[in-house]
Amino acid sequence: MNSIQFPLLDRTTQNSVISTTLNDLSNWSRLSSLWPLLYGTSCCFIEFASLIGSRFDFDRYGLVPRSSPRQADLILTAGTVTMKMAPSLVRLYEQMPEPKYVIAMGACTITGGMFSTDSYSTVRGVDKLIPVDVYLPGCPPKPEAVIDAITKLRKKISRELYEDRIRSQRANRCFTTNHKFHVQHSIHTGNYDQRVLYQPPSTSEIPTEIFFKYKNSVSSPELVN
Amino acid sequence: MIIDTTEIETINSFSKLESLKEVYGIIWMLFPILTLVLGITIGVLVIVWLEREISAGIQQRIGPEYAGPLGILQALADGTKLLLKENLIPSTGDTRLFSIGPSIAVISIFLSYSVIPFGDHLVLADLSIGVFFWIAISSIAPVGLLMSGYGSNNKYSFLGGLRAAAQSISYEIPLALCVLSISLRVIRLSNSLSTVDIVEAQSKYGFWGWNLWRQPIGFIVFLISSLAECERLPFDLPEAEEELVAGYQTEYSGIKFGLFYIASYLNLLVSSLFVTVLYLGGWNLSIPYIFVPELFGINKRGKVFGTLIGIFITLAKTYLFLFIPIATRWTLPRLRMDQLLNLGWKFLLPISLGNLLLTTSSQLLSL
Repeated sequence: MNSIQFPLLDRTTQNSVISTTLNDLSNWSRLSSLWPLLYGTSCCFIEFASLIGSRFDFDRYGLVPRSSPRQADLILTAGTVTMKMAPSLVRLYEQMPEPKYVIAMGACTITGGMFSTDSYSTVRGVDKLIPVDVYLPGCPPKPEAVIDAITKLRKKISRELYEDRIRSQRANRCFTTNHKFHVQHSIHTGNYDQRVLYQPPSTSEIPTEIFFKYKNSVSSPELVN
Repeated sequence: MIIDTTEIETINSFSKLESLKEVYGIIWMLFPILTLVLGITIGVLVIVWLEREISAGIQQRIGPEYAGPLGILQALADGTKLLLKENLIPSTGDTRLFSIGPSIAVISIFLSYSVIPFGDHLVLADLSIGVFFWIAISSIAPVGLLMSGYGSNNKYSFLGGLRAAAQSISYEIPLALCVLSISLRVIRLSNSLSTVDIVEAQSKYGFWGWNLWRQPIGFIVFLISSLAECERLPFDLPEAEEELVAGYQTEYSGIKFGLFYIASYLNLLVSSLFVTVLYLGGWNLSIPYIFVPELFGINKRGKVFGTLIGIFITLAKTYLFLFIPIATRWTLPRLRMDQLLNLGWKFLLPISLGNLLLTTSSQLLSL
């Protein structure tokens, strides 16, 4: 390792009792306790879940699955991320505290995978939403491949500089938004919220017969299919 | 002239010595406390490592492997990482309650270590109300949990905090009744409730003199309710991760979460130490007819060796006992909330009351 690449923090003073730097210590502690978020959107999670079990045991690397994003360091996007899931994935990522890492697991989260050609709902690659550290290809990747990705991430963390990390990731922190749920005392009033409902040009004046006719005409091609 | 100056110097040095003595006095007051805190912290790191390795063994896994030899440094790595991690505070929560909560939980547990005797009269504060100090102090911790659950402004946190409070309150009563039925005998023998006297009362007859044989029902009730107090797995409803994301810890990140993590293991260690003190004969070697001083000829060599042996025996009993809660965690499934409260109020409370009745009636016969 040359000293141009690792300027100040990585240099150890030679005549010191302590043979490491603070930077190395923090990197070591981070890489040896990477707690992943228990997050799975589809079949990749089955492969990921087998890592919790005894055969592929990722506790060897100090990985303890956490349910709360506040305590997680790592998110493996295990499975297809749809447009509907995308906001909650971003929100989960935003909720994780700062030294945080992302492994894009599986073809779906790298490019959209087999849904990349003609799907109307798949996000083409999770790196359009959140910054990805390690891309892990496969459909789904084998547990050994996940371990390989974790080792690669550990290698990446071990080369990190603390200052860079702070500079690059302090921006774009968002507060989570409040729920938009309103408490309404009685639902069955018959008066529906006119803003929410889709209104055809003259809804309230249509008699029921015409409505049923309209509905039949809409649903008939489905019956044929 | 020369003599005069030396006299003045000696007088000056004496006055300096006085001030130095005060400083030394303060240092000597702080020294045992700091030693105890350091020892406890190391003990907690050992428990975390033990738990991860034993759980790995039970589930036929390997467990932490790469952080230090045999993963010994795993707990240290976790702690350092949590210390260096970003500290998030919920924007709409109550910031003061959110920050005070975990420290109250940890401090109240730390305080209860001050009445634990580790060796022959090696105790930080030999209070005459010993065990009841522990019971009084340990009921402060749920207040901290409740505060953190409320201050997080999160429904899961709030539910978790409420569950923690309900659980600790309902299991504290059988716990206190068990301790009461033990202390009845100690009151009769030595007229105090000090933990040292509790251990001394069990010192005869080796391990046949343990309170475990006098109070088998009390021991089981104490074991169950201390598991519930520690929120260990058959009773870990406050942080049940399938229902409440992580209970009252949900919004905590960084070192504040680390405080909760430490607090749970501190609680485990302290209740295990209290099992050793109350039921397993404390620092005594507990093999009948063999006495430590005669075995090693310590009486002439000084007390240091004997004290070390006492500490070793206490810790050995404690950590051997710790195997039971750890194995329980990976064996038994979690209870439901109603089952938990039924067990506490309808089963453990009557049984511990009955145990108290038995004990008092046997005290009448002065057994």
